[in-house]
Amino acid sequence: MDSSSLKLLGAGIAMIGSLGAGIGLGLIFSAWITAIARNPAVESKFSKIGFIGFAVTELVLLMCFVISIMIMKS
Amino acid sequence: MAASLLEEFEIHPLSTPLFSIAHHPISFTNSALYMFLAIASATFLMVVAMRQQAVVPGRWQMLAEKIYDTVADMVDSGAGEKARPFFPFIFSIFIFILFCNLFGMVPGSLAVTSHVVINLAIALTLFLVIIITGFVRHGLHFLTLFVPSGVPKVMVVPMMIIEFFSFAVRPFSLAIRLFANMLAGHILLQVFAGMVVSLLAVGWLSGLSILPMAANIAITGFEFFVAFLQAYIYAVLASVYLRDALEMH
Repeated sequence: MDSSSLKLLGAGIAMIGSLGAGIGLGLIFSAWITAIARNPAVESKFSKIGFIGFAVTELVLLMCFVISIMIMKS
Repeated sequence: MAASLLEEFEIHPLSTPLFSIAHHPISFTNSALYMFLAIASATFLMVVAMRQQAVVPGRWQMLAEKIYDTVADMVDSGAGEKARPFFPFIFSIFIFILFCNLFGMVPGSLAVTSHVVINLAIALTLFLVIIITGFVRHGLHFLTLFVPSGVPKVMVVPMMIIEFFSFAVRPFSLAIRLFANMLAGHILLQVFAGMVVSLLAVGWLSGLSILPMAANIAITGFEFFVAFLQAYIYAVLASVYLRDALEMH
């Protein structure tokens, strides 16, 4: 196996970390939906923290993507 | 195909170099052009919209006041009342990142914030401000930021090391979050556009090219949302990190 194909393999393996990000995003949105379902009046208050939680969890996914691109382009 | 995917992010000079710093020619690049356009258009928007200064605002004034109020709420709730002097700084960060993200959505332009060095420059400047403010306000007591309250004596040193690393990674997380969102979004747009072109080139599958086109339209809409959201997140997190320097815990 030459190095260029190993790089592609490594880039693919690096994306396995997005599994955690996917589960985390599901948890964030499930808590968000449950909170709004229990008390619809707090929707405007929770939107802010919901989006913040989404972006911070998405960071894990994007770190995986960045490492993957770095491996592929090195 | 992998080689040409990153072509739209290339920074190239628009003219001959202006001067040199340590044998590196400094020229006016397309990145500098879009940064200049972002700042110029934001300044133009704010100045012209507030020209009338009516008590009952017209539409443009309402937009400018809405932007101001959004960031003011963000700074007040994120960083507290003491952070009022830092409002122009957070506002500048928010406006710069928002307008750079939005200008990046124009086809054929360069998304300035898709380069990690620009986001890192903003983040490191923010952290320089935070550290200097912390030391000026609290003196050496600022270092107790790394010691969470209610920790048994034995755990203090490991906790300090962990807290220090979590503090040190904050500017990089801010920069990489924005950079990776912009990079991934634009690469995604390119990939689907490439699919449309490939399907059209085949000939008998041309009808199917409507599908990646529809996906591209949806993703473009999503990218506009991400442009706003990422600017908002950057400013919110900047305010929250600023709070650590102003009110310790």
